[in-house]
Parts: sequence; C-alpha cells; structure tokens
Amino acid sequence: MSDFNKSSLSEIVNLIKSKKVSSLEVTNHFIKNVEKSKKLNSFITTCFEESVKNAKQFDSKKNFDGLLSGVPLAVKDLFCTKNVKTTAGSKILENFTPTYESTVTRNLWSEGAILLGKLNCDEFAMGSSNETSYFGNTINPVGKDLVPGGSSGGSASALAANLTPATIGTDTGGSIRQPASFTGTVGLKPTYGLCSRWGIVAFASSLDQAGPMTKNVEDCALLLEAMSGHDEKDSTSINKKNEKYSKNLNEKIKGLKIGIPKEYRIENMPKEIDSLWKKGIDILKNSGAKIVDVSLPHTKYALPTYYIVAPAEASSNLARYDGVKYGYRSKKGKNLIEMYENTRGEGFGDEVKRRIFIGTYVLSSGYYDAYYLKAQKVRRLIKNDFDKCFKNVDAILTPSTPSSAFKIGEKTNDPISMYLNDIFTVPVNLAGIPAISIPAGQDEKGYPLGLQLITKALDEQKVLNIAFAMEKSIDFKQSLNRWWE
Amino acid sequence: MEKQKFDYFIKTEKNNWEVIIGLEVHAQVISESKLFSGSSTKFGAKPNTQVSLVDSAFPGMLPVINQYCIEQAVKTGLGLNAKINLLSIFDRKNYFYADLPAGYQISQYKNPIVGEGSLTLDMPYGSKKVGIERLHLEQDAGKSIHDLSPDNTFVDLNRSGVALMEIVSKPDLRSPDEVNAYVKKLRSIMRYLKTCDGNMQEGSLRADVNVSVRKKGDKSFGTRCEIKNVNSIKFMEMAIDSEAKRQVELLESGKKIDQETRLFDTKKNETRSMRSKEEAHDYRYFPDPDLLPLKIEQNFIDNLKKKLPELPDEKKDRFIKKFKLTSYEANLLVSEVNISKYFEEVIKNSDIKLAKNWITGDLFAVLNEKNLDIKDSPVTPKNLSSLINAISSGEISGKIAKKVFEIMVETGDEPNKIIKEKKLKQQSDPKELEKIVSKVLKDNSDKVLQYKSGKEKLYGFFVGEAMKLSGGKANPKLLNDILKEKLRK
Repeated sequence: MSDFNKSSLSEIVNLIKSKKVSSLEVTNHFIKNVEKSKKLNSFITTCFEESVKNAKQFDSKKNFDGLLSGVPLAVKDLFCTKNVKTTAGSKILENFTPTYESTVTRNLWSEGAILLGKLNCDEFAMGSSNETSYFGNTINPVGKDLVPGGSSGGSASALAANLTPATIGTDTGGSIRQPASFTGTVGLKPTYGLCSRWGIVAFASSLDQAGPMTKNVEDCALLLEAMSGHDEKDSTSINKKNEKYSKNLNEKIKGLKIGIPKEYRIENMPKEIDSLWKKGIDILKNSGAKIVDVSLPHTKYALPTYYIVAPAEASSNLARYDGVKYGYRSKKGKNLIEMYENTRGEGFGDEVKRRIFIGTYVLSSGYYDAYYLKAQKVRRLIKNDFDKCFKNVDAILTPSTPSSAFKIGEKTNDPISMYLNDIFTVPVNLAGIPAISIPAGQDEKGYPLGLQLITKALDEQKVLNIAFAMEKSIDFKQSLNRWWE
Repeated sequence: MEKQKFDYFIKTEKNNWEVIIGLEVHAQVISESKLFSGSSTKFGAKPNTQVSLVDSAFPGMLPVINQYCIEQAVKTGLGLNAKINLLSIFDRKNYFYADLPAGYQISQYKNPIVGEGSLTLDMPYGSKKVGIERLHLEQDAGKSIHDLSPDNTFVDLNRSGVALMEIVSKPDLRSPDEVNAYVKKLRSIMRYLKTCDGNMQEGSLRADVNVSVRKKGDKSFGTRCEIKNVNSIKFMEMAIDSEAKRQVELLESGKKIDQETRLFDTKKNETRSMRSKEEAHDYRYFPDPDLLPLKIEQNFIDNLKKKLPELPDEKKDRFIKKFKLTSYEANLLVSEVNISKYFEEVIKNSDIKLAKNWITGDLFAVLNEKNLDIKDSPVTPKNLSSLINAISSGEISGKIAKKVFEIMVETGDEPNKIIKEKKLKQQSDPKELEKIVSKVLKDNSDKVLQYKSGKEKLYGFFVGEAMKLSGGKANPKLLNDILKEKLRK
C-alpha cells in the first residue's frame, strides 16, 4: 500500500482515476490513521462502515470523472450530513441527525468524494481555539499542548495529521484561515455567496462562508471548484457560472500590484510576524509583482464591529434551539418558559451564551441605533476601504494571525485576547471578499505561521494564482513525527 | 336616500366622547405555497402535514421568497391606491414561543412593500375616505392547542410560514359602524383582486383594533389600547364599544389610560389586560441576513396594474351611470365580487330593473335564510334571467313568478320547465278572459248594480274573483282592460 500521508488530494485523485489505487485502499488508509489518532480528538463522529461501503461501491463504478473521484473526506461538524449526526460542537445538538444533506457536502459527494466523518469545532463555530466544543478541545499535531486554532480546529488538526486528504471548514471571522495558519496548512475563505450556506448550521448569516482547507494551493483550487456553485435554496448565493479554478491555476503574477496595508502593522506585533511579512513581500517582488503601500483606514474598527454584528445575528439564529422540536431538552421546568431556560442554560456552553447575551443586548430597543446600526455603517466603511484599495491593487498581503498557535488554556479566561486573534482575518468577512492563508514560515519555536492574501470579490482565481506562485518560492516543509499515534 | 348625521359618541352627563379607531388587519395571502417555503397552504389538513424543514426551522435551513406572494401584495397595494415601494426589507421579529419554530417571525418593519394609500367607505352620512398607513408581508406562526390535554400543549405547524399581509389603517375610523364598513370594503377589494379570501371563520382575516377616546372637539389623541386578534366583525364592533366605554369611565373618574395590549372576552363582552407597556416584548427587529433587500421593477408594477380587474368603486360608478341605479342599489350589487358577477350575468339577456329587484329582494332573502354564498345559489343566473324574461314577456305574472321562484329554490329547476309542468302560464287569451269576466259579472249581478250606482270600491272585488277563477293565471293588465270595458256597458 502506498503511503498516502505524503500525497496531496490532487495526487490521490489522479491515482484513483488512473486506477493505480482503489478508493477502498485510500479509504482504509485514512480510517487507520484516524483510529490511531484519538489523542488529537479531531473527530466527533466517524462513519467508517458507510465509508467502506461507499468506497467499494465507487470502485465498482465505470465513471471516474468526478473532480474528487473516490476520495474519502472528513468535514467540519457544522455541515448537515444526511443520516450522520451533526452536532455543531454543541450539547444542544448532541443527538441531532439531519434527514438532509448540505448543498456544499452534496456537491462533494456528487464529485465522487466519500464521507469519512465529522470534525470537531468550536461550539456553533464560536471560538478561535476549538476549546469551546462540548466534545472537548482538539489538539494541534504541531505540539501536544497547542490549540489548532478555531473554529475549524478539528478540520485543521485532522488535515495536518493526515487524517483526511483535505477538508472543508466555515469561516465567519477567520475560522478557516487562523487554524490553517496555526497548523501549517492552506485555507481559503471564498467570496460571500460563492458557496451555498444551505444546510450549514448558522452562526452569523451575513458573514458565514464555507471554504476549502488543504495541504497545498493546487488542492485548494480543486476543492473550491468542487464545493462552490449557485444554489437557489440560498437567497444570498451568487448566480454565476462555475469556474475551473484548478485547470486555470498558474503562477504568472508578473506585473500584478500587491498592496501592503499600513494599518495591519499593529502595536506589539511579534518580530517574527513582521519578518514573515517582509519575507512575503520579498518573494512577491522577486516574482515580478509590484509592491504598493495602501491604506485601509477603518481597520481598527473591524473587530468591535464584528463583535456586534456576529453576536447579533447569532442571538437570533440560535433562538431555534429551544428544546421544542429537536435536539436537547431539559427535563426540568414547570412550564414553557422554565423549559426554555433550562434547555438553553444546560445545552449551550459559556462562549455561546456570552455571544447570545451580547447579541440580544445590541439589538435591544434603545441600543439598536447605538450598536447594531452603527456597526452596519462602519461595516460599510470597511468594505469601502477595500473597494477603494482594489481600484489600485490586485491583491493585499498581510499576516494571517498576530501570533503562532498558543497553548491550550492560555486564553480561555480572557475572551478579549482570544478575540484579538482574529484581528487580521475579520475585516475580510465584513467586506465579503475572498482571502487565503498559506503557510509561509515558522517562528523560533518551530510553530507554523501563515500569510494572508486578499482580493476583491469573485477574484478567487487571482488569489489562488498568487498563493500558488508564493507557495513555490516559500517551499514550506513541515514534518511531524506523528507523536500522537 | 336622505343623508343621516354621524352620531356615534359615548355620551355621559358631562361630555360627548369621540372614539378614535385604527385597525391592523392580518389578511392571509391566497397562494399555493408559503411565503418562504414550498409547503402547501391548504386549510383543514391534518396537523403537521404541511410543514417543510424551513417551516420547522431545522438547522441550516434558509428562506426563499415566494414571488407570487409579492405579486399578491403589490396587487392589493394597487387596489388600495397605495404607493408601492421599489425597495423593501424583510426583518426578523424575535420572540420565543412554542409555535414559532425559528424563534423569530420574518416580517417587514421599517421598509414595507406598500406605503400610504386609502379606501372609501359609503356611510349613511356620506362617503368617507380612510387612510392606509402601510401594508407589509409577514409569516404566520403555527397554532398552539391547549385544550386537547390537561398537561400538554400541542403544536400544529401547518400555518407556520403562511404569507400574511398586515394592512395598517390610519386612526381615521370613528365608530363600530365605520369599522364594519372598513373591514367589509377591504375584504371586498381583496376578493375582487383574489389576493385574500377574507374567510374569517378559517382565520384568513383577523384584526388588532386600536382604540382611544377624546372629548368631542379635542384635537390631540388620547392614549390608546390595542385589542389583539379579534376574528369577527361583530366582535370588533362589540370590543370597540365596550373598550371605549371603559376608557371614558376611567377618564371621567379622574384616572389615566395605560397604553397596553388587551384581549376581548366575547362571553363577558369586555376587554381585559393582556400585557402592559412595560411588559411589552422587545422584538429586537433587525434585517434578516438570510434575505437580500427586495427590489421590484417599475415594469413589474405596471404589468400588474394593467391586469387589475375592475374594482368595487369603479364598478359602482359604472353601474350607476350605465344601469341608472341609485348609489344604494349599486353598493348592494358591487359589495361582493360574486354578487356583481351574478348581476352582470343575469342582465346580459334580461331587464335591469327586474334583475336588480329580484337579486336584492327575493334572492338575497333566500341566501340569507340558507346562509349561502351567491356562488352557491340554487337559482343560477341563467335561470333567474329566464324567470325575468317570462315576466317581461307577459308569460307569467309577478305573483306567479314568486311561486315559480320558490320551486326554483327548492329544486334548482329551469323556470320554463316549472311553468309548463305546473301549468302556470298566464292566461292572456282575450276570449278566455272575456268568458271569465262575463261569468263573474253574471254571478254577482247585484254587486254590478251597486258598482254602477257609485260604489266603485267593488272594482277590486271583481278583479279578485276573476283572478281566483283563472287560478291566478290571468294576465292582470288584460283582465283590467276587459273588466273596465264590460263594466262601462
């Protein structure tokens, strides 16, 4: 059997398509990896019996045309999967099994992929370290006391540890890019509306966007191509033709103008982040791109804006978890109100409750104008900043995170410092534009660090191409000794 | 008809109080499927059989607007001479209740699809224009059923997500009668437009009633109370009257009105407090991020405008002009679209005056008695038209016609068939009538003498006798002519 741990998603697809290996062989390999890696706690649910059955069924097919032919994939447990438990990392959905399949995962399966299992995440995708999950924190394969980032922490951990050849996450304020940065992997948040939100457990509807998490940029293009597409069932889905991101991937970036926003040079930024950024700039220069200083003046308001808009939407989105129709219901309580209070009190974790409180507060009459409405106006200004910027440059380069992966428990009692982790990623969600994080180096402890590339809406091909070119020059290598097995 | 004077005031020893009323009518949109999902909206299905994953708010489910409901709302707006807003926004109204699966209702708050408009009421004291503040689209909630079990509440989500139009009037109404006329006019317009069936028993039309009082002549409004969810016109009238009296009593005894939401107890005929202003829900409205702002093209509105049917006011004007009806008669005939259709069908081939009298007289009486809608009338327009023609042509008398009509109501038969079978055809043969008259005069020769000596009152007696002898079938005009002729000799 080949060692698929060294293979990329694209390589595995080619091996299966050319019948050099069977889907079953690949599937069994990853099942074994998962079984040996319980320490990481990156899976909430596995469905190996089904995976094996589907792999066998795939191998007996004549048609191997799908973009993801016969590849087993684990996905973040925020995507509803038909007949497979979907928890969103919460006690309140601990035993919830959807009767329906999210559009994005259905797209994967119709391209030939096979579901391997459901990956751990922060509860309702609220968190930056995967520590808010009801199913326990996930460990970063980079180091046994490190968080993998969040909220797609289980996805990043499983990917870095080769428990899945690629995966998908969701990104509301950095939930794909920050864990990618913390684990030395590639993560892309597409333009808002490129991937359907139908069937994804909602956190903040105007910000949530599903995206690929992969080992390299080529895989990222391939997976994005497979998962994206217009969906009539999502009113915010963009109606446009699907693009061939993988076929059109190239590293020709000569002459492109790349902006460096001065507002991202924040106070007390670790030196290694600064030098990583410089390294990125040099690489782009050497590839023939032009570097331009740009300004995004409203950047400093992005985090406070985000922490009004996202909790506001969340407080409303999570109202449906009330114990009446599905999910957890407390046995305590004499009447409807008490049943609600006990169900939600027992069913939600602290971080989720905190955000429901904030969201409820900022939407309350008398506070709406001062908070929510003001935040929406600032959000518009942040978007205008980017729009203006992209009149002059093709892309923007920033660090992905202000630090490398931190220690488990280090920030759990300090939500503000936890929130600050998203400082470079959040503006992108507020503006609804695409951004990719690629591994670009290591800090002195050897922990991976990522760089973020941002483009205007629907410029996914360009952001992928620039990342592709940079990836070649960076030649990032991460060898993990599989200490967890 | 002579104009009456408006006179609805709560009269006390000290004052005359004017009652100010505004209505928020919830009208269920006629549509096959719900506002944001494909589930059926049919009334009366088994509980929870018309519920999609969207209606029951499963994780990750998203609303998609039903284009047809937008059309219906715009049509209704046009029928109310209202401004159609090219941009409107769906908001979430957040509150917890067991029959509200998502924990929020999708509604329109600051930017409704329809803005200001108006409709005109025909009151005994003249016509009155009532302002419409706005019309917006929103989802209905499910239904909580509390009386099936002592310990449990059951929830039926069939209604959850059904499209409603909330139509808000300006505080322009001044009496229960005006409210009655307003609701009926609004319902009539929506029935003409086929945008709401107005069936109050099935709950497809219900209203929240805002009531306040002020001393006659005062310019500023008093504090209002909202009476929630009143589901019949009669109850609206009762609720307003009792609420207005309650408010007057409070004010006259030096107390204040608290702005609050009240419920009408139909058994006790009184309103009682449901929740005070302090207890009022904070609905935390905000634009629904799952839905884009609703943009409508002017073109879309223009096309709907072109296809708009003739509405009650226009029809009334036409009836008055074309058919020489009085305003009162025209009102009777246009108040319901089905009545106007029936009328227009009958007069295609028959006398207008007779048609009007028969429809608003005998037919309405029968329908009322049998509690039937005119579209279910046992007497079809075609049959009524035949009956009227039989009268016009002299084939039967008006009196016989009543007899035929009765049989038509019972059997649904065609009148000519009834006339033939029952031998009810009018006797119009002069020779036959002469025979009858001669016999009557001969049999009553003493009375003929009295008549000729001046007792002219006896004339009616001769007519009656002759009619009796003909079995009621004698052509009255011809009979008169012959009788007069004979008596003159």
